[in-house]
Amino acid sequence: MSILINKDTKLIVQGITGATGLFHTKQAVEYGTNVVGGVTPGKGGTEVEGIPVFDTVTDAVEQTGANASVVYVPPAFAADAIMEAADAGIELVITITEGIPVTDMIKVKRYLEDKETRLIGPNCPGVITPDECKIGIMPGYIHKKGHVGVVSRSGTLTYEAVHQLSTEGIGQSTAVGIGGDPVNGTDFIDVLKQFNEDDDTYAVIMIGEIGGTAEEEAAEWIKANMTKPVVGFIGGQTAPPGKRMGHAGAIISGGKGTAAEKIKTLESCGVKVAQTPAVMGETLISTLKDNDIFEKCVTHK
Amino acid sequence: MNIHEYQGKEVLRSYGVAVPNGKVAYSVDEAVEAAESLSTDVTVVKAQIHAGGRGKAGGVKVAKNLDEVRTYADEILGKTLVTHQTGPEGKEVKRLLIEEGCDIKSEYYVGVVVDRDTSRITMMASEEGGTEIEEVAEKTPEKIFKEVIDPVVGLMPYQARRLAFNINIPKELVRDAVKFMMGLYKAFEEKDCSIAEINPLVTTGDGKVMALDAKLNFDSNALYRQKDIIELRDLDEEDEKEIEASKHDLSYIALDGNIGCMVNGAGLAMATMDIIKHYNGDPANFLDVGGGATKEKVTEAFKIILSDKSVKGIYVNIFGGIMKCDIIAEGVVAATKEMGLELPLVVRLEGTNVELGKQILEDSGLNITAADSMADGAQKIVSLVKQ
Repeated sequence: MSILINKDTKLIVQGITGATGLFHTKQAVEYGTNVVGGVTPGKGGTEVEGIPVFDTVTDAVEQTGANASVVYVPPAFAADAIMEAADAGIELVITITEGIPVTDMIKVKRYLEDKETRLIGPNCPGVITPDECKIGIMPGYIHKKGHVGVVSRSGTLTYEAVHQLSTEGIGQSTAVGIGGDPVNGTDFIDVLKQFNEDDDTYAVIMIGEIGGTAEEEAAEWIKANMTKPVVGFIGGQTAPPGKRMGHAGAIISGGKGTAAEKIKTLESCGVKVAQTPAVMGETLISTLKDNDIFEKCVTHK
Repeated sequence: MNIHEYQGKEVLRSYGVAVPNGKVAYSVDEAVEAAESLSTDVTVVKAQIHAGGRGKAGGVKVAKNLDEVRTYADEILGKTLVTHQTGPEGKEVKRLLIEEGCDIKSEYYVGVVVDRDTSRITMMASEEGGTEIEEVAEKTPEKIFKEVIDPVVGLMPYQARRLAFNINIPKELVRDAVKFMMGLYKAFEEKDCSIAEINPLVTTGDGKVMALDAKLNFDSNALYRQKDIIELRDLDEEDEKEIEASKHDLSYIALDGNIGCMVNGAGLAMATMDIIKHYNGDPANFLDVGGGATKEKVTEAFKIILSDKSVKGIYVNIFGGIMKCDIIAEGVVAATKEMGLELPLVVRLEGTNVELGKQILEDSGLNITAADSMADGAQKIVSLVKQ
């Protein structure tokens, strides 16, 4: 088991003929992801890498039975692409695109309210269930199949955490990047809920950063509902207030959203927090040992 | 992106939001001329810098005649204002807003923001005008009223009325206050603002509702479709290195330390700053080279880091996803050669094409210290810089 995606996921790529879309489609296919089609308006009827291209998402869904989509469309057109996927009945839309205007995302979220579609991202690395399905831009080889769920607001910091786990012999059930934008489709709690219900996930590592209050809310949710151990890390402990640290979401404003505040809340809710990014793996391992599940989580040497 | 108060007021005026008459002035003579053309009894001379707290720092003066306008303009232009938002180095005043004075009866606050909890645009209002909203939120949160706006229909008049009544705008002025708020929302939405703050909104003795100050910030992701807003950018107000970085689509923020950082991904870049601090070092900057960086882009990133004279060493920390390690390695080698780099350089590479990247560094024959992990790299650069 895993969450969100597995070997049965049938993926289409929106923006498959663009440079980024094409590069990562090849990587996904190589990894074993079942890419059934691509969408680029005007290029329907052609093929890339042996994958059929369609003009619209509706065409692609009708002809391939796709149930997931990944969006590599440029920011100015990304909101439209997400809504098109939702309209076509795609269950899971993973948006990698960085730099979508926030007012566009506000409209997207409103549009999705009465739809069945789950949106992950935007501005995220994607989702991977090791050895089964990779959707997004993460390097596949660092991931190992296993029992630790990973959820994160940051891309490269997720790779860092996964790498530390894999090096220590701890595999992952699914790694989910929720993205660094202030308005996104899926938050920590949505993912934590799924990990909590997933029989194959024994523990979770949650990687947050400064800005907003999503980590604090997740901490309260964990305290009230989570039956599995969770460890955390918060990036940006040394970031100055008022400066936007790359991610539109990562800004300390009006004394809110500081790392110190987040760490305090997480710890008071029973979430052990790694003191530096270099010890995310170590911190998880010590928590696994405290809970007597370390042996169960070791998946390889 | 930030703009000046006078520019913000112009934008708002075009949406029917009432603002006092005023003109921008770049010199003392222009200031006096502007005051003359306004021909009001009282004129306000306001320093235009991208920071709040100007009044307390002596950047806002009320002049009763043209002589006083001249005196104040002369005093404020060229002066370096230090406020709680400028940092200790302050900001030099190069522009003034010359504005008609008004007879203030009451001060209020109106702000528009993107609320992350609801994923909606939200309008906030309070009768505690003139004080910072964060302070009001802390001391008297019951005095802040909020309306969450449905993007399908936008701000509705009933919501604006409810805000106006809640903050006790006099009954006879509620209609004007509603018009004000509707215009403010429309400007926010159409111009892709990230913050629009009117503090204070005032009611005047002659029965007007006006924006006495205006702070507008814009969503940088949306600037591609806001050509007229980009025109308002004032490069004097921005850090030179940050401007150079944005030209090359790099995300750079100057900090106070001496270890230059080049990292891919915002999260990892922040974490790299954190770990340098953890080992008692001091990062000189935040720099995210982003995804899909070319060799040229990496070279530019290097140049920007090195243009900060306090940098005593550089730490490159790359975990390749989109970004391939060999591209970074080529960029690092090219930049090091081009600039004749003599400072200590620690490089940690991991991810896509890592072996190829390490090979390129090794074959270069340059004095580059390789690191095996993020922590290892941080420790190495901190100790090299301290030598």
